[in-house]
Formats: sequence, structure tokens, C-alpha cells
Amino acid sequence: MLDDLRDLYQEVIFDHNRNPRNFRAMDDADRQIDGFNPLCGDRLTLFIKFLDGKISDASFQGQGCAISTASASLMTDIVKGLTEDEAQHLFSLFHKMATGEHVEMDELGKLAVLAGVCEYPARVKCATLPWHTLDALLQGSEEPVTTE
Amino acid sequence: MNQKVEKVVGYDVERIRQDFPVLDQQVHGKQLVYLDNAATSQKPTAVIDSLVEYYQNDNANIHRGVHTLSERATLSYENARKTVQQFLNASSEKEIVFARGATEAINLVANAFTEKLSAGDEVLITAMEHHSNIVPWQMLCEKTGAELKVAPINEQGELILEEFEKLISKNTKFAAISHMSNALGTINPIKQMIELLHQHNVPVLVDGAQAIPHISVDVQALDCEFYVFSGHKLYAPTGIGALYGKMEQLEQMAPYQGGGDMISAVTFDKTVYNKVPYKFEAGTPNIAGTIGLGAAIDYVNNIGIDAIAAHEDSLLSYATEQAKRINKLRVIGTAKNKGAILSFVLEGIHPHDIGTMMDHQGIAVRAGHHCAMPVMDFFGVPATARASFAMYNTHQEVDALMAGIENLIEMFG
Repeated sequence: MLDDLRDLYQEVIFDHNRNPRNFRAMDDADRQIDGFNPLCGDRLTLFIKFLDGKISDASFQGQGCAISTASASLMTDIVKGLTEDEAQHLFSLFHKMATGEHVEMDELGKLAVLAGVCEYPARVKCATLPWHTLDALLQGSEEPVTTE
Repeated sequence: MNQKVEKVVGYDVERIRQDFPVLDQQVHGKQLVYLDNAATSQKPTAVIDSLVEYYQNDNANIHRGVHTLSERATLSYENARKTVQQFLNASSEKEIVFARGATEAINLVANAFTEKLSAGDEVLITAMEHHSNIVPWQMLCEKTGAELKVAPINEQGELILEEFEKLISKNTKFAAISHMSNALGTINPIKQMIELLHQHNVPVLVDGAQAIPHISVDVQALDCEFYVFSGHKLYAPTGIGALYGKMEQLEQMAPYQGGGDMISAVTFDKTVYNKVPYKFEAGTPNIAGTIGLGAAIDYVNNIGIDAIAAHEDSLLSYATEQAKRINKLRVIGTAKNKGAILSFVLEGIHPHDIGTMMDHQGIAVRAGHHCAMPVMDFFGVPATARASFAMYNTHQEVDALMAGIENLIEMFG
């Protein structure tokens, strides 16, 4: 009955929701920041560690829906080893994909499983919250980020 | 459907549904099941027609022209005021002030009490208030130095009356209490609460936004100083609501906004304000919406608010009973005295996912904090899913809700 929802809720998303990667606090993080979606009450804390100009570790904690949890889980995996500029570039690609702009899916790798979200305007912010939070952290902000 | 369901004898829900054209549609290829009535209700043809009729035949500004259309518009507008007066059993129609909704009505009162409060005073609310009955009082406290006191609730989502009583003192200068919680469905014992407050001469505002479509209200019997509600939860258009205020209160309150219609004479030296209620209705009001509100109340009266309440109670009991069969489901808000709201969470599934997955089955439920973040904090959840019932919902729709929940649990695995 819910088969037509599979473009949004792919099995990979359920998997990341059930077993989110990098779901832990990081005591020795170089930077951490809170992200908050006031519309739904979702919140997460993002932790990042840098080494030699690259993101050496990333993790998160918090509570959110399957889409935002999977998005944070995939994001913290994929940004490890990237420079700040590369991570910013990926953020802009991801944002384009989530809002329905044309992007080369190859560049997005595993993140492409979230492409379906652009068909669900009410859910776009679920997917982009972790990325907005990362963007603010990379820009040096310490204030909590909101999606509004 | 479960055989044990007790339907209300003589309540013809199928005939009522025909009066609501929006219900007859498919969403994502499925028959729409609209269960987000606590957010806003659908509108019957009688209300939609009243708007069309006003704009097609009578459109003119009120309280101004001597021409025929203006007189007709004024008459319809003022008739709606009488309809609201009778619906609330206020002693005079002058005690009915039209506002954009419950939120504006609360702000109007809070604004007027800025002059009356000072440091050391206290404003009392409850822990189950909607943001609209929290924030205006916080703003009032900020401006005056008064302190906001919050009466706690228990695990069932009921007000703890003894704690409420303990918080009332000689310092309490105002109280604002919800008649029915929009997030939990709890119906408060407001008559008793008002009596306790009056023992200390505390004026009280009752937020009736959620109660008004479910509970027969008699402001004289309640003896509250103020009662506010929004039309859109009562089958009327958005952007219109009403404030009931005791005349002795309204007369001594400062106007909310300045402008046309709220004055009797203006010079550059001084303005003389109009009488109550016009003093509080600056500018051209929502004339069409007000007429629509009158039409909505007529429609409700025709069916009878008690018959509607009985039908909704039957839906709620049925839904509550059926929900027990779903192991992963936990109902948030289990007060003994409760209106037609089933707020719930599912183990391991976020309410936002529930909302999307229900929508795909044609079922509209609310997912979120319901503008009651403190209530969510109390229950330790970020949000809930909420099914809320209205006069046109059916027992089959409750079945569809439960089947929809079981489907999505299966999909989540």
C-alpha cells in the first residue's frame, strides 16, 4: 500500500535510521554546534574534529525523524577526509538536490538516496538540517542553527 | 468495524458529510480522511455560501455609509455579534468584540492589563497552554516586571488542582487558562478553577479555542471575565474570532489599536474613543469572515452542540479502544475528562515520518509540537502525531486511521 513512498523511504534510509553511523558525543571535538528545526522540534548536536586542514572525525547526537537521522548519519560518514572547502561544496550540491535543482548525481555518491525528498516540500528541511548545521559550523558560528 | 462501537442514535453523519464539499476528494489516490480538525476544521456549504452571498450582493463598509449596501452589511455584521452572544450566553452583545482569532483576543486583553500590573504581581497560567496563551503573558510580564506562574500537570495530562490552588495568592493579578488542551485533549474543570480564582478576586481569561466546537459554553454560568475563541476551529473562516469580556472589564480597558471606527471624535489635540465593543475594533474589520462565523454558529446550532459532542465522544472512545491493539502506540494525554483528540507516539518512529506516511494513505493527521512545546518537554517527546475528530468524522475513518498506522509500522519494519 505504501510502495509509492519508496522513492522517499529507501531501505538505506531505514537502515541508517535504525543504526545511525557516528551517533555519539565527541569529548575532544574541535568544534560543536546545535541545529534545531523549530517547525517540528527536531534537534541535533554536530561534533567535528580537524587534522591537517581536513575533517578527521564527525559525529552527531539528537533526535529526529528517519529522514533527518539518515541524512546526519550519511553526512558524518561522507565528510570525513574532506577539506572545509570540499565539505562546503558538497553542502551546496546536497542543498540543490534536496530543493529539486539539477545536479550531477555522481558527485553526490551515497547521498543520492535522499534525492526523493525534493518531491516532499514539507520534508526538505528534515534532510537539510544536518547540512545547514555543518555549514554554520564551518563558517565559525557557535550560535545554534535553525532551519527557519 | 468492531461490533461493540456505540453510535449516537439519530445522528446522521452521512448527511452532515454532504454539507462539507472538501471531504469528497481523493488524496494520493485514496479517499481523504481528514483528522486534523484541532488545527482547523472544514467549512460547510452554508458558510462558504454566506461569504459568496456577502461579496455578490452586499459588499460595503460597515458603520459608515447611509446607502443600502452599507446598511445591509452593517446589519449582517451586527447580527453575527448577536449570534455569538447567544452562543456563549453573554448578557449583552456589547460584550462581544470581534478579533482575528483567539490569539489576537488574548493579546488585546494582555495589552490592556499592561497598565494594571507592576513588579511583584503574578500572572497564573497552566502547563498545558498553547503558545498563544503563554507568550502574550510572558510579554506582559516582561513589560511590567510581573512574574509568570505555571500550574503543573500530572502524567495523564490533567491539571493538578491542588497545586493550581496553592499558586493563587494576593499577588495573583490575572489568570489565563485553557478550557481544553489542543495537544492532549484534556478538558479543564474551569468552573471550579474560576471559583478558586474569584475567592482571591483574580480576573480570569479562558482560552476556548479548542473547546468551542466541542463543549456548550455559558459565560454567565462560568462567571469568567474573558472568554476567547477562533472561528476557524468552529467551521467558520480563518481570520475571525471573538473575545467575550464582562462589560465592567471592557469599559475600563485601554483600546488595543487606534484607527477608524474605534473613535467618536478626533482632533489633533484629543481623541474620544468609541463605546465598547467598537473601541476595540479599529479599522475595517473582517466583515465577510464575521458573517461566515455567524453562519457557522447557525449551522452548529442546527445540529446541536450536545449531539456533536456525543458523536465525537463516541469516536474518541472507539479510537482509544482500537489504539490499545497496537503495541507500539502510546497515547499522550489520558485525562479522564477529554475532548476528541488522540495524540500519540509510535515506538521508534518519529511523528514526522508518521505524518508523511499517513498522508500517502489519504489520512491527514498533525505531526509536530502543536504549538505546545512545554507540553512536549513534560512528556519527554519532541513531537506527537495527533488525530482530532469533528462532527463529520465516522467510525470507519477511525478504522482507516488504525489500518494506516499498522501499515506504516510494517513498512518501518
